[in-house]
Amino acid sequence: MSKKHVVLAGAVMLAASAVALAGPAGGTVSGKVTYEGTPAKMKPIDMSKEPSCQKMYTTPPTVETVVTGSGNSLQDVVVYISAGAPDDAAPSTAAVFTQKGCRYIPHILAFQVNQEIKIVNEDQTSHNIHPLPKVNREWNKSQPPGTPPISEKYDKAEFIPVKCNVHPWMHGNFAVLKNSHYAITGDGGAFSLGNLPPGKYTVTAWQESYGDQSQEVTISGSETKTVNFVFKAKPY
Amino acid sequence: MHEVSAAPAAHHGPPTTFIRKHVFSTDHKVIGIQYYHLALVAVVVGMVLSWLMRIHLGWTNAAIPGLQALSANGAPGGVMTPEYYLQLMTMHATIMVFFVLTTAPFAAFGNYFLPIQTGAEDMPFPHFNMMSFWVTLTGFLVLVSAFFVSDGPPLAGWTSYAPLSAIGKAAGPGQGAGQVIWATALGIFCVGQLLGALNFISTVLDMRCKGMTLSRLPVSAWAWFITSCMGLTAFAVLMPACILLILDHVAGTSFFIPSGLVINDQLIPHSGGSTLLWQHLFWFFGHPEVYIAIVPGMGIVTHVLVTNMRRPMLSMKAILYSMWALAFLSYMVYGHHMFVSGMNPFSSLVFSFPTLMITIPSTIVVLIWIGSLYGSQLRINTASLFALGFISMFVSGGVSGFFLAQPSIDIMLHATYFVVGHFHMVMGVAAMFGIFSGTYFWFPKMYGRMMDETLGKIHFWLTFVGTYCIFMPFHYLGWAGNVRRYAAFTDDYLKPLIPLHQFISVAALFTGAVQLIFIYNFINSRFRGAPAPPNPWEGTSLEWIMPSPPPWNNFGGKDPVVYHDAEQYGVKTASGADYIMQNSPEQALPGGDGD
Amino acid sequence: MGKFLAVTIIVIAIASAIPVVMHTWEPPADISTHGHLIDSQRDDTMIEAGVSFLAAQILLAIFIWQFAGSKREGKRKTFPGGAKGLVGAALVLVGAEVLALGAFGTKAWATVYFTPPKADAMPIQVQAGQFAFYFRYPGPDGKFGPIHPEMINEGTQNLFGLDPEHDVESRDDIVTAEMAIPVNKEIHLLMHAKDVSHSFYVPALRVHQDFVPGLDLSLHFTATQVGKYEIVCSQLCGLGHYNMRAYLEVMSQADFDDWQKKQAAAQ
Repeated sequence: MSKKHVVLAGAVMLAASAVALAGPAGGTVSGKVTYEGTPAKMKPIDMSKEPSCQKMYTTPPTVETVVTGSGNSLQDVVVYISAGAPDDAAPSTAAVFTQKGCRYIPHILAFQVNQEIKIVNEDQTSHNIHPLPKVNREWNKSQPPGTPPISEKYDKAEFIPVKCNVHPWMHGNFAVLKNSHYAITGDGGAFSLGNLPPGKYTVTAWQESYGDQSQEVTISGSETKTVNFVFKAKPY
Repeated sequence: MHEVSAAPAAHHGPPTTFIRKHVFSTDHKVIGIQYYHLALVAVVVGMVLSWLMRIHLGWTNAAIPGLQALSANGAPGGVMTPEYYLQLMTMHATIMVFFVLTTAPFAAFGNYFLPIQTGAEDMPFPHFNMMSFWVTLTGFLVLVSAFFVSDGPPLAGWTSYAPLSAIGKAAGPGQGAGQVIWATALGIFCVGQLLGALNFISTVLDMRCKGMTLSRLPVSAWAWFITSCMGLTAFAVLMPACILLILDHVAGTSFFIPSGLVINDQLIPHSGGSTLLWQHLFWFFGHPEVYIAIVPGMGIVTHVLVTNMRRPMLSMKAILYSMWALAFLSYMVYGHHMFVSGMNPFSSLVFSFPTLMITIPSTIVVLIWIGSLYGSQLRINTASLFALGFISMFVSGGVSGFFLAQPSIDIMLHATYFVVGHFHMVMGVAAMFGIFSGTYFWFPKMYGRMMDETLGKIHFWLTFVGTYCIFMPFHYLGWAGNVRRYAAFTDDYLKPLIPLHQFISVAALFTGAVQLIFIYNFINSRFRGAPAPPNPWEGTSLEWIMPSPPPWNNFGGKDPVVYHDAEQYGVKTASGADYIMQNSPEQALPGGDGD
Repeated sequence: MGKFLAVTIIVIAIASAIPVVMHTWEPPADISTHGHLIDSQRDDTMIEAGVSFLAAQILLAIFIWQFAGSKREGKRKTFPGGAKGLVGAALVLVGAEVLALGAFGTKAWATVYFTPPKADAMPIQVQAGQFAFYFRYPGPDGKFGPIHPEMINEGTQNLFGLDPEHDVESRDDIVTAEMAIPVNKEIHLLMHAKDVSHSFYVPALRVHQDFVPGLDLSLHFTATQVGKYEIVCSQLCGLGHYNMRAYLEVMSQADFDDWQKKQAAAQ
């Protein structure tokens, strides 16, 4: 780390403690992610080649690349502060990525740079975890049933598709983020990013099929600002 | 050929320093022993790998203690991952085929005994010969280094079919750096074997002593000569194939990669290559390679048997011509590895007939061996036991060739354990029996001490029964359709076969452990065995006229003169011995049972 | 010691033959129209190979028993007929044997590979990729839409790289992970490799053919028994090779029509 960085980091820490002294909560950005148009039909997944997984479902699960909810809402969208907020130190708790029923739970795992992730195999079959990063280091590991969790870290921010090389339908994402201000939309497409000190921020929403959108927002005091995102859905 | 006078010029003097004597030696005997020791190290590595594989196949989710230390990714918590199984399998096969089955019977024994049996003081190109060993050793070290790169060794098997082997990292763990290391190691190995083959061929053609006509050459020398001719042509094809494979990895060429391939949803940036080209190149080398592994064994076994039967073979000529026929046919048949590979189905029939024809010379050799036993005075010692075991194994492994030679039956048996059983019995176990037979036979000459015969016989019995218990069931598995190269058996129709796999695994662990007896016997006899006389087995060929071990210049500066072939056994002589050595001018008296 | 070896060889030879004679381990029963040719060729070869195996091992054992450790007693006996007899026997007997096998085997092979599929054979495309088979039915238009490799996306299950937005033929294509076929109907299987070499091995169907990347091959066969069978990969294709399989469902024509309707609705 260069001297300049140390000085900067020191300044950031000073600023952060100043904010902490100023007020407890800070501002909040909240909103909803929706789509317009017709999204593609999410195809059912046929797991017949892996009976131990197939028998865990009464109706076949579907692909999760676009998950919609009531009122044209979009689920599984990562909303985060892409500019304006200082980088945070990684929390000490590990983010857990579970392989169950030959699917990834959660479909999108968001965590911070240098935060530990734990990958768990709860199935009776051997899985393979192959994230395909572009800027981080690529690895490819298999996890036979009953073996200990795999522990990994990423040191650069990136959205990384994750595949299982044994079960081609298994598909998930890692969202490696620089700060702790992020949320993943649930049913209803709502999100809320809290604890934002006053300042000017860029809020970005990322959807794995539709890409990302950004909006500028300025927070002063402990107000709540509303930011909504609308993605264009395509039938194919 | 006529009486070639061979007054080989003393082309090198006695070695004076330790390094020149034992390390960078140009003495063919030292090089032979170096090759033998390399094969010994390699076979231990290969066997440990097979143990790990067999444990995994019998008990797939079992943790193997300590395995995690070898590869944390390959064996998390000691449980072998599927890719690590394939990586160990690839290394097992590559090490065994190239650094054991090619080096031990051909390069090790051939280097040591070929010049001696031809009556030469050394090979014609001793420095090439030295280079041959050191290049081969480099190849071995390069290959083993694949264990220590981040993704580990390649997983594409010893046949390394493209495009799996050519695409690179995207194709799977070990397919990047590991596969390049593999191809580099084999390319280096080819150089070593080409240098060796050149030396062997010129030794036989140019270095024979006075009276050593080609027809008087002992059968083992013939076998090495035939093998060198095969090696010269086979390795000369593998080497460029490996270079092309490396270029596909590092230079962006597409020799083996067609367009439009997709891995991990990414289009592979190659186009225009041919998948089948690799298979053609590989098997044009690969099929002769299995004969490179077995023909020296046939020569050694014939040599050991003729000595221990105390009678000539019914027809040594028939054996020699059959070995030549095998060598020749081995180039005609390689397509039988590719019956269902997408080659034109008509070619399959074309390759099928010469493959079936191979049965004929093989049967001739076996019948001559068995027929020669009739009326012999067979001496049972460890060397002859292994030679007889070789015949039994060769037959057992050979008859399965009837099935695999036929494309229609191959539809059911291709790429199953039936094939694995077939080649393990013929080119694996039978060739190993040839190596063991040669070791017990020639150890006294090579190290100047006798091996312990009791331990040797225990070693034989347990190995003989053990290897049958391992490899006969392979045929049953394949018969039932059990596909090879599976890291686990999850298919419904394969699950009932798992108990048979467990039986094989137990047998393999047991038989592997038995080899410790051999290693103990080898090391112990090397230092504490009884001193060996020059001719412990009452043989006739030239290695037995010299002290054990021979001096650096073989015949002590004198050139032997040969008067007979190496089959003067069961004859009546003035001294009462039942044999006449090749360099003895004595003629057999009438009344011997050879008359 | 020699007699003990002789007994051991005979015991091993007979023990090895027992599971074969008892049919202890057999492949799944044949359900194809052509499989009996392969099976009978295989069984004929087993008889010839088995006889050769037992004869050679027993002869070897007998001579070891008889001559191990024997001392010279007068004139040496030579095998009756000598080398000439043995070489002649090998040439004539084995030569005839392999020629016969080769000739009869050719018939079985030719039935599988040299006869074209019937005009009304049902086309199904199979794509092999690391580490699953996927199948494509052309749908009501009877045409397969073109494959666009760059559009293949396993995340959205666009497994064949179809572009229904632009290719009309692709819109009714049915893609499945199981292969359903009607019984007693000839299937014309069009084989396509997505990434590396794979193999289409169905032991019960007596069908086995490699996928060659860059070279689309085809096969044809007819299944005669309703039931569920396994399709496995036999060409080493990477880490999940052992797990690469699909189920083959042979159904009555009526069941097949229902199945196809259900699959079409789910697409």
